[in-house]
Amino acid sequence: MDAKDILGLPKAPLSLPQEKKSRPPKDSQRKPDGISREVYALTGGIAPLMPAIDISQWKRRAQSENQKEYAFKISTILTLPLQITWQWLPFTSSARNDNLQLYHWVRVVNGVPPTGDYSFAKYNKSVDVIKYTDEEYEKYLTDPTWTKEETDQLFDLCQRFDLRFVVVADRFQSSRTVEELKNRYYSVSRALLTARAVSPADVSGHPFIKEPYNLSQEIERKRALSMVLSQTKHQERRDAEVLAEAKRISESRMAAKASVFFLLFLLILLILALEPNLFAQYFLSAFNCSQAVQEPEFPVTLPVDPEIAGDSSPPDVPYPSGIVAPPVAETASVSASLRMLRVYLRTYALEQMVQAASSSAGLRTIKRVEQTLQDLGVNLKPKVLTKAVCAEHLELRKEILTLLNLQKQLQYKEAEGSSYRDGSYAETPGTPKHSQRAADQDRTFIPDSISFGGIKLLSTLIVSTISL
Amino acid sequence: MSQGSLPKKQAADQPDVSEPTPKSQRTKVSKSSDDSDKKSLNKKLKEAEISVPIVYGNIAFWLGKKASEYQSHKWTVYVRGATNEDLSAVVKRAVFQLHSSFNNPTRVLEAPPFELSEAGWGEFEIAITLHFHSDVSDKPLHLYHHLKLYPEEEAGSMSTKKPVVVESYDEIVFTEPSEGFFARVQNHPAVIVPRLPAGFNLPPVPMEDGDKKKRIDPKDNPLSQWFTNFSEADELLKLAAARQQVQAHIARLRRQLSLIDGQNQQLKPPSDL
Repeated sequence: MDAKDILGLPKAPLSLPQEKKSRPPKDSQRKPDGISREVYALTGGIAPLMPAIDISQWKRRAQSENQKEYAFKISTILTLPLQITWQWLPFTSSARNDNLQLYHWVRVVNGVPPTGDYSFAKYNKSVDVIKYTDEEYEKYLTDPTWTKEETDQLFDLCQRFDLRFVVVADRFQSSRTVEELKNRYYSVSRALLTARAVSPADVSGHPFIKEPYNLSQEIERKRALSMVLSQTKHQERRDAEVLAEAKRISESRMAAKASVFFLLFLLILLILALEPNLFAQYFLSAFNCSQAVQEPEFPVTLPVDPEIAGDSSPPDVPYPSGIVAPPVAETASVSASLRMLRVYLRTYALEQMVQAASSSAGLRTIKRVEQTLQDLGVNLKPKVLTKAVCAEHLELRKEILTLLNLQKQLQYKEAEGSSYRDGSYAETPGTPKHSQRAADQDRTFIPDSISFGGIKLLSTLIVSTISL
Repeated sequence: MSQGSLPKKQAADQPDVSEPTPKSQRTKVSKSSDDSDKKSLNKKLKEAEISVPIVYGNIAFWLGKKASEYQSHKWTVYVRGATNEDLSAVVKRAVFQLHSSFNNPTRVLEAPPFELSEAGWGEFEIAITLHFHSDVSDKPLHLYHHLKLYPEEEAGSMSTKKPVVVESYDEIVFTEPSEGFFARVQNHPAVIVPRLPAGFNLPPVPMEDGDKKKRIDPKDNPLSQWFTNFSEADELLKLAAARQQVQAHIARLRRQLSLIDGQNQQLKPPSDL
């Protein structure tokens, strides 16, 4: 009655018998289909706006399940071939080693009891604990801290309790820690394995050999674990803070190191930029050595068709320094790629050729070439670019490159000469005597130079900072 | 060591190119015919290179009193042959891509003169695409020109009479041209055609007397009075002079180097040898 009050349903006495009949899932205006009244009441008597379960589906499913069960029962009774009885029968288990016979209910189908082992016997796993003979014990397994009896007992317990060391420790006669027992067990097993093995290689893969039990480490590890486990919340927070702090410190230290390296790197670049002589030395000497290799390449890179008569004169004599050779090889590849284009603008072609020719030179050299061109009154990009102008322009650039290289060579040789003369590196090549000997008119071509002594000092400085 | 004179050699592997003499050659243009020699006309000439010198740019007139806020200048952008020759033998169509604020910013010109006139106030980059005849090239070529309306000097110097002219010279290079194209333009004043090696025979192309007049008469185009006359002579002279200077310098340095080398050899401490 009060439930009805809660539900807000009318208190007509007619509702009572209706309730009883409403067990089968047939509707009534007062409750939804598919769920019992009590369950509906749990929701507060109000249907949810969005039903969580699709009521109709649920009802259908429930119905179909009931039907299936019903059908099965019918079939089992009606279909005679399948006759099920339950019998109280004895059984044995292979897991047991004493022929104990117990009884249990067995589902018998058509008078035939089930065959096979006890269904739970397969779960009876055990560990292979190594067994040793007394002889073997005498030979390999003696230990000052362990008596034979103790060892025997240990192994017996291990066998019985499937290496459950905690249990073994508990059962052990003398009081030994779990770690000590484990240590003894593993060292004995290891010794036995190695002793019995045909060759050491055979057993080297065995976990006992590969990862030996480390007593002290284990003790330490367990202690640490227990410490962590028993840490209070306060302690945990403190640990987290400390770790974060440590991380921050290490990061800042790395950043500091990186910035130091970066500065050093900049310094080195600066030196190389200002003192390209160091660079040029190796540059030129490398070219001089490779001159013999480069020259034969020259005719190959110009695919002059021998059939075509005309004024295609033989290729230019390569300069003795051999510097021209690499740019020509690149220019030839640019010509090839231009030819592939089929249509192109000559300004574009010039750009490509200039790029190819300067690819072997550094940025500073390129800038100097351009400066030279301007000084000579030549447009960096010709205004009227015909085929002839293009060719002339490229030749001029090449010649300027040669000029610059020669200047560098000259400088280097002069410095060399002066160092021989004075017998030390402290001499400044930029003395008035030197500048007069060099090209008089074009003083602009001679770059500033740092003394060799200065270079040495700087390099030692760098080396010492790096080693810090 | 090469001397400072103008070298005859070429850096590339092309055969010698005949000097551009468009003014002297006013002969008729031989049009390619579409009949039996079609196959051989499509054959490519491997070692030949045809170049077409062009000038592209713009001329802009300030409208002075008639200038409005949105139309202060009247300008014309164009592509022309370097010596005012007609380019239609080579160029089939020129497409000018204007700023999107113009109506129909893509303007296509199918016939010479390849000029486009408009009125506006702003400077912007115009993309010019040249499409060539099928026997010339199937790939178009792109040029870019920044439209210039205002003179370099102060604004006070703007006059309605004198336009701002900005032109760029360039040459279109066609590598491996088809024989048909070659034959068609070998006598065209706008085209620089290399001299073919002796014994090289092109299929005969019938001459058409139809369009003889291929040179644009200056009277027809009022703008041509403002065109710049581009001459390579100036550049060549400057380059030659520069090369002479540089070569003299190189020679001097080489002498110095050998001198110093000799000196250093004597100075070298024995342990270094």
